[in-house]
Amino acid sequence: MLRFLLRRVALALVTLWLLSVIIFLASHALPGDVGRRILGPFADPRSVQTLDHSLGVDRPLLVQYLDWVGGFLHGDMGMSLAFHVPVSELLLRGLGNSVKLALVAFIIVVPLSIFGGVVAALRRGTLVDRIITIGGLSATAMPEFVTSIVLILVLSITLKVLPISVQVPPDADPLTQIYHLILPSLPLVLVLFGYIARITRAGVIEALEADYTRTAVLKGLSWRTVVIRHVLRNALMPTIAVVATQTGYLIGGLVVIETMFNYQGIGQLLYTSVSQKDFPLIQAGVMTVGVVYLVATLIADVSYSLLNPRIRLAGRE
Amino acid sequence: MSAVVALPRPETAAAQRRRAWEERLRLALRTPSLMVGVGVLLFWIFCAVFAQYIAPHDPIAPDILNKLQPPSASHRFGTDGLGRDVLSRVIYGSRGILVAAPLATLLGTVVGTAVGLVAGYFRGLVEDVLMRITDAFLALPTIVTALLVLAAVGGSTTTVILVIGLGFAPIITRTVRAAVLSEAQLDYVEAARLRKERAPYVMFVEILPNVMGPVVVEFTVRLGYAVFAIATLSFLGFGIPPPNPDWGLTISEQYTYLISNFWWPVLFPALAIASLVIAVNMFADGLSRVLER
Repeated sequence: MLRFLLRRVALALVTLWLLSVIIFLASHALPGDVGRRILGPFADPRSVQTLDHSLGVDRPLLVQYLDWVGGFLHGDMGMSLAFHVPVSELLLRGLGNSVKLALVAFIIVVPLSIFGGVVAALRRGTLVDRIITIGGLSATAMPEFVTSIVLILVLSITLKVLPISVQVPPDADPLTQIYHLILPSLPLVLVLFGYIARITRAGVIEALEADYTRTAVLKGLSWRTVVIRHVLRNALMPTIAVVATQTGYLIGGLVVIETMFNYQGIGQLLYTSVSQKDFPLIQAGVMTVGVVYLVATLIADVSYSLLNPRIRLAGRE
Repeated sequence: MSAVVALPRPETAAAQRRRAWEERLRLALRTPSLMVGVGVLLFWIFCAVFAQYIAPHDPIAPDILNKLQPPSASHRFGTDGLGRDVLSRVIYGSRGILVAAPLATLLGTVVGTAVGLVAGYFRGLVEDVLMRITDAFLALPTIVTALLVLAAVGGSTTTVILVIGLGFAPIITRTVRAAVLSEAQLDYVEAARLRKERAPYVMFVEILPNVMGPVVVEFTVRLGYAVFAIATLSFLGFGIPPPNPDWGLTISEQYTYLISNFWWPVLFPALAIASLVIAVNMFADGLSRVLER
C-alpha cells in the first residue's frame, strides 16, 4: 500500500515537472521580444532593452526557467502585467471563488447523476434507461455556452425563477450566495451528469451480473438488501474515480461559464490573462490548473485504493 | 447408388470481406441513431456547400435601420444587432466549423495513432517517456491548452485546427497504445518479427489494420469534442475572426442582447450548434455499434 502510494506521488511529481517545462516553453515560443511587444513597434530600442532587462527576459532561457520554478515553489509567481498586483494574490482569490461555484455544481450533480445511473441500470433497456442514457450523452456533448443560453432564456428571462446575475453583496448570507450560483452551475451539471451517470450505470450493470449478486439473490435476501448491500457497494467505487478526474474538465468549463456570467474565478482570470497577453498570470494560472487536476486524480486513486480491498491488501501476503 | 453431395464452394478471401461489408452496411441502415446523425450531418453539409443559393440575404451586409427585428416573413429568423439576417448567417455559419472540426480531428487521429503505435510497440524507455509527456498534456483541459498556445501564436482558423488537433493527440495515443499492447502479443506480430521485418513495417502494415476499429471509433467520438472545443474557442474570441458568421462567434457578439429579451440572434445559432453536436454524437454512437458487432 505504502509503495503504491509513493509510486503514485512520484509519477505525479514527474508529470508536474514535465508540465512546467511544457508551459514555460509554450509561453516562450512567441517570436520577437517581450519588451517590444509591451511598448509597441515605435518604441525606442534602448527603452525596449531597459524593459527587457528589468523584466529579466534578456537572460538565458534555462536561468529564466529555474527562476520561475524556484519562485513558484516559494509561492512567488511574479507580478501580473495587466492588474499590477502579485499573481499569487489574484489566483488565490480566483481559486476560492471557483471552488465555491464548483462545489455548488458537485452538490447538485453527484447525487442526481448517481441516482440517474442506478435507475437506468436497474431499469435497463426500458424507456427510462434510454432517456437517461441518450439525454445524458447529448447533455455531455453540448458546449456550456449553448446550454447557458437556453437556461438563461428559460429560467431567468421567461420563468424568472433564478437570478441571471452572480453579483451578490459580500455580506449576503450564504443561502443567497448559493442561490445566485445555481444558474451558472447548471451548465456544468448538465455536462457532468452524462459522464457520471454513464459510469454509474456501467458499474451497477456489471455488479448485477456478477456471481456474488446471484449468490445473494439465491440465498433468499430481499432485492432491496441485495441492491444496497451488494450491488451499490461494488458499483459506486469506479464512480468515485470518475468524479475526481472530471475536475480537469470542470476547469475548462469554468473558463466559459465565468466569462459568460462575469464571475471572478480562475476561469475568468485565465481568459483575461490570455486576451491581455499577461504571461506571468497565464503561466501561473495554467500551472495551478495542472496542480489541481493532479492532486484531484491522486486523491481519487488513493481513496479508490482505500475502498478497494484488492488494492489495499496487495503485497501483504 | 451414390449421391453427389454438392459442397458449398469455399469463398475467396475477397468475397468474404465483401460479404462482411455488406453485412455491416445492412446493420448500419437498421441503426436509427446512425441514420438520424448522418441525415442531420448531410443537411448541414448541404447548407455549407450551397449557402449562396439557399441563403435569402447577404450574411454580413449590415442594415442598421432594421436592427433587432423579430422573426417575420422577410426575415424568418429575424435580424441581429447590426440588422443582418439571422437565417442567412446561420446557413453561412456552418462553413467554418464543418471544415475545422474534421480537419482537426484527422490531424489528432493521425498524430495520436502514430505515437500510440510507437509507444505500444517499443515498450521500455521509449514508452515511458512518451506516456509521461502524454500524461502531462492530459493534466490540462483541452480548452486551457488551446488558450495557452493561442495566446502565444494568435488565433486563426489554421491555428485553431492545429491546436485542437494536437491537443486531441494524447487522448488518442492512450487508446491506440492500449490496443497495440494486446495486439503485439499475438503470433502474427511475432511471425513478422521473425521474418526480420523492419519495425515501421510491422507497426503500420501488420498492426495498424488490426487496430483500425478503435481508431475509427475514437475518430468519431473526438469529432464531437472537436465541434465542442472549436465552437467554444470561437465563442471566447480565439477562433475565426469577425465578420465571419461563425455560430460561436455570433453568439458571443449578440449575447448581450439576450438580457433585453432579443432572443433570436442568439438562440438560432445556439440551436444550430446543438443539432450539429447531437448529430455527430449519434453518428459516433451508431458507428461504434455497427463496427463492434
